[in-house]
Amino acid sequence: MNGFQTLLYKELLRFWKVAFQTILAPVVTAMLYLLIFSHVLEKHVQVYPGVSYTTFLVPGLIMMSMLQNAFANSSSSLIQSKITGNIVFVLLAPLSYLEFFSAYMLAAVIRGVVVGLGVGVVTLWFTDLPLMHPIWLLAFTAISTGILAALGIIAGMWADKFDQLAAFQNFLIMPLTFLSGVFYSIHSLPAFWQATSHWNPVFYMIDGFRWGFFGLSDVPPVMSLLVVGVCFVAISGFTLLLLRRGYKLRW
Amino acid sequence: MTAALKVEGLVKQYRQARALDGIDLEVREGEFFGLLGPNGAGKTTLINILAGLTRPTYGSAEVMGFDVMREYPQSRRALGVVPQELVYDPFFTAREVLRVQSGYFGIRKNDDWIEHVLHNLGMDEHADKNMRALSGGMKRRVLVAQALVHKPPVIVLDEPTAGVDVDLRQMLWQFIRSLNKEGHTVVLTTHYLEEAENLCERIAMLKQGRLVALDSTHNLLSRRLEHQAQLKIDNDPPPSIGLKRGPDNNWIFIFQEFTELEVMLAAIRTAGIKVLEMQLVEPDLEDVFTEIIRNA
Repeated sequence: MNGFQTLLYKELLRFWKVAFQTILAPVVTAMLYLLIFSHVLEKHVQVYPGVSYTTFLVPGLIMMSMLQNAFANSSSSLIQSKITGNIVFVLLAPLSYLEFFSAYMLAAVIRGVVVGLGVGVVTLWFTDLPLMHPIWLLAFTAISTGILAALGIIAGMWADKFDQLAAFQNFLIMPLTFLSGVFYSIHSLPAFWQATSHWNPVFYMIDGFRWGFFGLSDVPPVMSLLVVGVCFVAISGFTLLLLRRGYKLRW
Repeated sequence: MTAALKVEGLVKQYRQARALDGIDLEVREGEFFGLLGPNGAGKTTLINILAGLTRPTYGSAEVMGFDVMREYPQSRRALGVVPQELVYDPFFTAREVLRVQSGYFGIRKNDDWIEHVLHNLGMDEHADKNMRALSGGMKRRVLVAQALVHKPPVIVLDEPTAGVDVDLRQMLWQFIRSLNKEGHTVVLTTHYLEEAENLCERIAMLKQGRLVALDSTHNLLSRRLEHQAQLKIDNDPPPSIGLKRGPDNNWIFIFQEFTELEVMLAAIRTAGIKVLEMQLVEPDLEDVFTEIIRNA
């Protein structure tokens, strides 16, 4: 294995060794959301014609779980390594910043996808999910988890303590994912909040991903793909710039 | 001949503090080199710059002729660093850690060398234990093994024996000496000056980011002009002889030329005092170090 492959392998092994916490727990959390929201709202809300609320909810939950876990993987791995000091072993190695970035990002994307698959498989017990545009699903999965993985790398580099990382997660990532239309269509919101939602990139991730299942969405899928794609390029570029400068890693 | 390590005009300025203030230094290939200095002298900063962990403000640093900034893949392959802090990855066993570290350097099948290193560091029975389950001394051995996993021509040990038992120290020095004999350059920082005196051929001393001494260990030791004699005598000597009272009923005589010793002994004889025991105490590196750092 070369340096990149080894770092990727190490990152995968890291989350696999604590799979109860990194895979099973988020699947169970998503199930609890599904049970509670579908129980409360199934008979009261129908977002798309012919699509039950439970069915509507599942793609959003899958995407939300993937995003949160992609972010958690890269950010927690980096901050743990920084705080315990073992990041030094990666920094002493002849790895380029591009290899560093790719390995952390790919590991985070893979964890996000594994969690997403877990949530998807378990929800099969609750609803039949159509699969209208699988290629689009894959595209939104890869690009969206990639964005959150890159954000996780930024957060992991920036934070000097777990408290700061928790702030990044709770005051930025969580609101963006919860207020993105996971549990509702933005058409059900007042005009102001509808307009505000259009500034939330996670909304486009969820909406595009949902279109992949139902062929129905709040905004055209091409627009969602464009927004998500631009965000990916911008955030990845910024992350690479920070890594190249050794921001908070090589003082 | 390429220098194993070479730094020129190296400056590291943090916001308020200047950690390195224009260091010029060259370590020859195959040397066992000591880097000494009090806490905060800049030793670790210098090592971190050589390892690529810290970026210099000005100046250049090379490992085996490779610039640590421009040619970092080659310079990092040429360098193995044992960090000062006891750091480890709690997710893995010692063997996994070493395999992963080999992979970072692009080494695929390295199990034979890993076994060799583990064996020489007395880790055979502990290789498959999780890092969290290892004692401090064992963790320190894994750190050493990690630095050696890619067989670097230059090995830097940043206070490797801080807080470790005699057993590990002896084992570590035996192994590092054998690597040095095979041609590896070794750079050691330590606060145990006896270790530096016994192991290092040349020594550099840093104080407040400046190089205050750089010479062979032999020359540094002979730089100290004062000698000391400890005597046990059967009566108190007159003050004119110049003896000072020392510990354990000893009398101390400090001199620069050995002829002074002869004069003192003659004066004692004249005063009717008998010498019961006499011992010459040669200056050690600690005395030299203290003197140089105090005067720098």
